[in-house]
Amino acid sequence: MSDSGSLGRFFHVAWLIMRKDVTVEMRSREILYTTAFFALSCVLVFAFSFVREGRAIEDAASGILWIAIAFSGTLALGRTFERERTNETLHALLMAPADRPAVYLGKLLGVVALMAVVEAVLVPLVGLLFQAPIGTHPMYLAMLLATGTIGFAAVGTLFAAMLIRARSRDVLLPVLLYPITIPVIIAGVRGTATLFSGGDATMARAWLGMLVFFDVVFITLALWTFEAVMTE
Amino acid sequence: MNGSPLDFDRVTIAEVSRHFGRRRALAKVSVTLEAGQITGLLGPNGAGKSTLLSILATLAMPSTGEVRYGTVTAREGGPAVRERLGVLAHELHLYPELTARENLLFFGRLYDLADVESRTGEALARAGLTERANDFVSGFSRGMRQRLALERALLHRPRLLLLDEPFTGLDDASARSLVERLAGLRGEGAIVLVTTHDLDLVDGLLDQAIILKDGRVADVQRPVHDLRDHYRRLVGRGGLA
Repeated sequence: MSDSGSLGRFFHVAWLIMRKDVTVEMRSREILYTTAFFALSCVLVFAFSFVREGRAIEDAASGILWIAIAFSGTLALGRTFERERTNETLHALLMAPADRPAVYLGKLLGVVALMAVVEAVLVPLVGLLFQAPIGTHPMYLAMLLATGTIGFAAVGTLFAAMLIRARSRDVLLPVLLYPITIPVIIAGVRGTATLFSGGDATMARAWLGMLVFFDVVFITLALWTFEAVMTE
Repeated sequence: MNGSPLDFDRVTIAEVSRHFGRRRALAKVSVTLEAGQITGLLGPNGAGKSTLLSILATLAMPSTGEVRYGTVTAREGGPAVRERLGVLAHELHLYPELTARENLLFFGRLYDLADVESRTGEALARAGLTERANDFVSGFSRGMRQRLALERALLHRPRLLLLDEPFTGLDDASARSLVERLAGLRGEGAIVLVTTHDLDLVDGLLDQAIILKDGRVADVQRPVHDLRDHYRRLVGRGGLA
């Protein structure tokens, strides 16, 4: 980090960008509504398929929860960066006298905040439709969701920013994103399945540890490469 | 000029080339921009003006050659160089979902300006938007957005100001006002680079005219005279070999 970009300034810039993203979204609610609608539709369709006579197929709930998170997260990532592309405001952010990785962190926090709101609606719905015991280990469930979402969004934010000038960005984003985030999705699904099956929390802790590891690796790599990939 | 080596008096573009795959956008461009001067970057569409502006704005890197802001490159200077750049792009770098005041405050805070509130008020007044300060930018006309975007670019009092087609969408009065503003910035010692196709508006304003064609410097005119005729001779009707 350069002299002028002290750690405090770094996080202040990230905070400013996240706050701006949240303000813009609170006014338009465009991404929130479309993402939430998409995620809820996804869960409802799967519920018709995997719930028979009031009983869900074993472990279906966790898989469907994470599929909905991944799909709606991809939608949120695409729309968030489309907004920055329209008026080339991402260029304005990159030209600011701050370390460019702070821009990445700000965008990441904005996406995570958005996904968190969607998950706050999604998780109770999954619990209701699939009779998943979401209240058994609420802290572990929250931590699994938080670390999984951060890992997914960490990769997604980098790729969505990279693809901002690509003509077929909407197609390329999931093609690039899903293979890289497969470990995050698997750890999220298995950790959540452990909790939903009423098993002991030791296995969930192990999956949580893996998610923390992925988060650290993905965020470190993204912060390290962001400036290079964003400079044409 | 005082203090930091980044309070630069000159921007030196030395042998800058830029390729996108097999396509050459710029070929060995070498020019100098001086403090207290307004330079026009002219040329037909596809001449390489936007690519050169992107490189100067630190958004793109030259394939070969270098740009020096005073004595440092963008890579060496990092945020300290960017702090001294102001850019008015064709897309205006404004958030339509924010008000005029919120846009200026956001960018002012991003630039860590100490007196951001007072600067925002002054900028809104200069843009003639004090009455509309709390209106969303999405409801502004192109001319109003253009004026606001210019003030956004000038909010941190940049050393190097890059303007891409700044007269787009402005009515005659606003365009004349912008010309006067640019002349004022020259008086304050800023380095101003402006791309435009509206040669009549900048005739008499420019201290130096760089004419690009096919990614090469076709001519550097200094002092500038008979700009339109000179430009037509070089660019129009196959004037360049």
